[in-house]
Amino acid sequence: MMSEDTAPPRSPEAPPAGRLYAGIDVGSAATKAVLLSEDGRLVGHHVRRSGADLVAAAETVLDLALAEIGAPRSSIVRIVSTGFGRTVVPGAQQTRTEIACHARGAYHHFPMAITVIDVGGQDNKVIRLAADGRQLGFRMNRKCAAGTGAFLEEIAHRLDVGLGELDLLARQAENRSIRIGSYCTVFAATEVLSRIRAGAGLPELAYAAFESVAQRVLETGHAEGPIVLTGGVAEHSPMLVEILDQKLGTPPLVPPFAQCCGALGAALFARDGGGTP
Amino acid sequence: MPDAKPKPIETAKMMKRIMADHFREADAASREAGKKLAWCTSVGPAELLHAMGFTVYFPENHAAMLGATRTATDHIPKANAIGYSPDICSYLTADVGAHLAGKTPLQDAYGLTGIPKPHVLVYNTNQCRDVKDWFAFYARKWNVPLVGVESFRGVGDVTKEHVDSIAGQLRAMVPELERIAGRKLDLDRFREVVKESRETSRLWRETLETAAHKPSPLTFFDGTIHMGPAVVLRGLPVANEYYRALLQELRGRIDGKVAAVDGERHRLYWDGMPVWGRLREMAVQFLGLKTCVVASTYCSSWIFDALDPAEPFESMARAYTELFIVRDDQYKERYIRRMCEQFSADGIIWHDAKTCPNNSNNRYGMPERLSQALGRPFVAFNGDLNDLRCYSDEQVKTQFEAFVEQLAGG
Ligand code: SF4
Repeated sequence: MMSEDTAPPRSPEAPPAGRLYAGIDVGSAATKAVLLSEDGRLVGHHVRRSGADLVAAAETVLDLALAEIGAPRSSIVRIVSTGFGRTVVPGAQQTRTEIACHARGAYHHFPMAITVIDVGGQDNKVIRLAADGRQLGFRMNRKCAAGTGAFLEEIAHRLDVGLGELDLLARQAENRSIRIGSYCTVFAATEVLSRIRAGAGLPELAYAAFESVAQRVLETGHAEGPIVLTGGVAEHSPMLVEILDQKLGTPPLVPPFAQCCGALGAALFARDGGGTP
Repeated sequence: MPDAKPKPIETAKMMKRIMADHFREADAASREAGKKLAWCTSVGPAELLHAMGFTVYFPENHAAMLGATRTATDHIPKANAIGYSPDICSYLTADVGAHLAGKTPLQDAYGLTGIPKPHVLVYNTNQCRDVKDWFAFYARKWNVPLVGVESFRGVGDVTKEHVDSIAGQLRAMVPELERIAGRKLDLDRFREVVKESRETSRLWRETLETAAHKPSPLTFFDGTIHMGPAVVLRGLPVANEYYRALLQELRGRIDGKVAAVDGERHRLYWDGMPVWGRLREMAVQFLGLKTCVVASTYCSSWIFDALDPAEPFESMARAYTELFIVRDDQYKERYIRRMCEQFSADGIIWHDAKTCPNNSNNRYGMPERLSQALGRPFVAFNGDLNDLRCYSDEQVKTQFEAFVEQLAGG
C-alpha cells in the first residue's frame, strides 16, 4: 500500500518552478511529504512507513519527494509538520494538528460545506467544515482500533493475506451479508475465526472487515453535506469507498492522493505563512 | 522554547500546612483515646459530623491524591483482581487497591503509617452508588459501622418532599452517631458549624468567580488544587481563613492585571472530572495555547448556597440535593449555559471519564444541544479521573490543540 522508497512515483504536475513549500505528516503508520510550488500546485510527494524512527522517516520522505522532482533542499521556503509525530520533524517552522491539516487539504479540493472523514492507520476523525472553510467541529474515534487501518491490518493478518490484497479479495465476495459485529479488534478476530470454522470464505470476511470500518467511522460523528474521504485507507481501498457510498446513498468524494491530504494541508499552511528560505 | 510553567499561587504554602494538620489530626483521631474519626463522602453530611466532635476524613481526597501522584494505575488492578470491575469508579478501585498493597501517599507526604482507620463510615449516595460500595468494603474489613443517606437522583426542582426525606434520614442517623461519638448532638454547635460551612461555601464561590474577570487570575487546574479545604475542611474556621487569604491574592492579581495564562486568547469551560494524573501536563499545554480553562462544573460542586444555621437539618438536606450531580439534564443544561455566559467561555471541554458516568455529562447528547443553544463549539475526549490505562496522551493533546486551532480560525 505504500512505497518502500524504491522508484518513487512521478508526481502529476512536475516539473516544479523555484520556491517550494513542504508539508510533512508523520502519522502513526505512514509518513507523508507534499511539496507545493509558489502558485499552489502539488509538484511532489512521497509516502513511507513511519517505523520506529520518526525523525528519519520525516527526513526521508522529504528528501525523496525532492529527489523525485530534482529540486534541492534549499528551494524549500517553509515546512509545516503535522500528525502524531509533528513535533519531531527537523526544520519545521510550525506544527498544526492533523485535524486542521486534513480539513485544509480536503477543502482545497472541495471548497464548500463538507464533512471530512479521515480513516488513518490508528485513528479516524470526522471534521465538519462550513462553506467558507471554517472548522465547525470534529470528533475522533474512541481509544481503540475499531474503524481504523489497524483493524484492517489485524483482520488481514488473521486471514493470512497481505493488507494490500484485502481490497481485491473483498471485491470477490459473493455473499455480502456477513458482518463482524464487535468493536474490539481481538473479539473481531475471534469472530472471524469462528466464521471461518462455520465455512465462510475469505472474500466474504474481507468484505465484512471493510463493512465494519465503514460502520465504525459513521458512528464516530454526524456527517452532513458531501463527505470527503481522506487518508491511506480511502486511497488504497476502493471497497471502503463503495460501502460508504451504499450506506450514505451518495458517493463520498475522494481527493487525489487522499493519503497525503494531511500533508497537503500542512503544505498549504506553509504557503500561507510565507517567509524566506 | 521551553514550556511555560503555571504561575505559582503563594497562598498554596498555607494550604500545604493546613492540609498536613488535617491529615495528622485524622491520624491522631483514629488512634488516640477520647477522639473519634468519621470517614465521609465528599458531598456527605460533614457538618453534622463536625458538630458531634468527629474529626472528618474524606477518602475521595485520598483517591485523588493517588491519581495525582500517578500511583492509582498501579493499585487499581489489585482491586480488579478481587472482583471490583475496571469499569466502576477508579477512586474506589485505586483506594481499595492501595489499601490491599499497604500503600498511601500520606506516608511520604505527611509521615502517616497508613490511612487513618475510622470509627464510623458515613456516605451520601447523592453523587453515586459507588461511594456506598467503597465504604462497605472498609466496613466489612474493619467491622466498622456504616451509616448514610440514600439520596434522590435526576432531580428536577428540589421539592419539600425531597428535603423532608433527606432531613429525616439525617435525623435518623443521629442516635447511632451519638452512640459512637459518646456524646449528645449539641444543636447550638451544629448551627455554628453550618454557619461556618455556609461561609466556606460563600468564600469558595467568590474565589471561583474571580475567574470571570478578563484575563482570569485563576485556571481550572489551579482550582482543582485549591478546592482541597472547601472539600475536607468546610465548616471549620481554618478553611475560611484560607479562602480569605487566597481571595486577597487573586484580587491582587486582578488589580495588578496579572493573568493566570499570559496573553489569554481563549476561555473554556470544563465539564466532568479532572484527569488527576495529567493536571500539570494539561495546565502547561493550555498555557502554551494561550487558553484559560476558566470554570468547571467540578470545582463549583462544593458551593452549598442553601446552608442555613436557622434550619441545620433541612438546609443541609436542601444543599446536598440541590447539587449539580443530583439533578436532571434540563437543570444541568441550564446550569452549564449560565456558567458559560457568566465566565465568557468560548467553548466547552467535556471529559467522558470511563469509570465515572455520574460526572460524564456528554453521553446523552448534551454537548450537541448546548453547543447549538450557545453557538459555541465543544470538544469531548475519552479519559478517566484515575485510571490512566483508559487515557491516551497523544489523542487528548491533539484534540485540545485542534480545538484551540478551531477557535482561533472561527
Ligand atoms: S461520583 Fe464518580 S468519581 Fe466520584 S465517587 Fe462516584 S463514581 Fe467515583
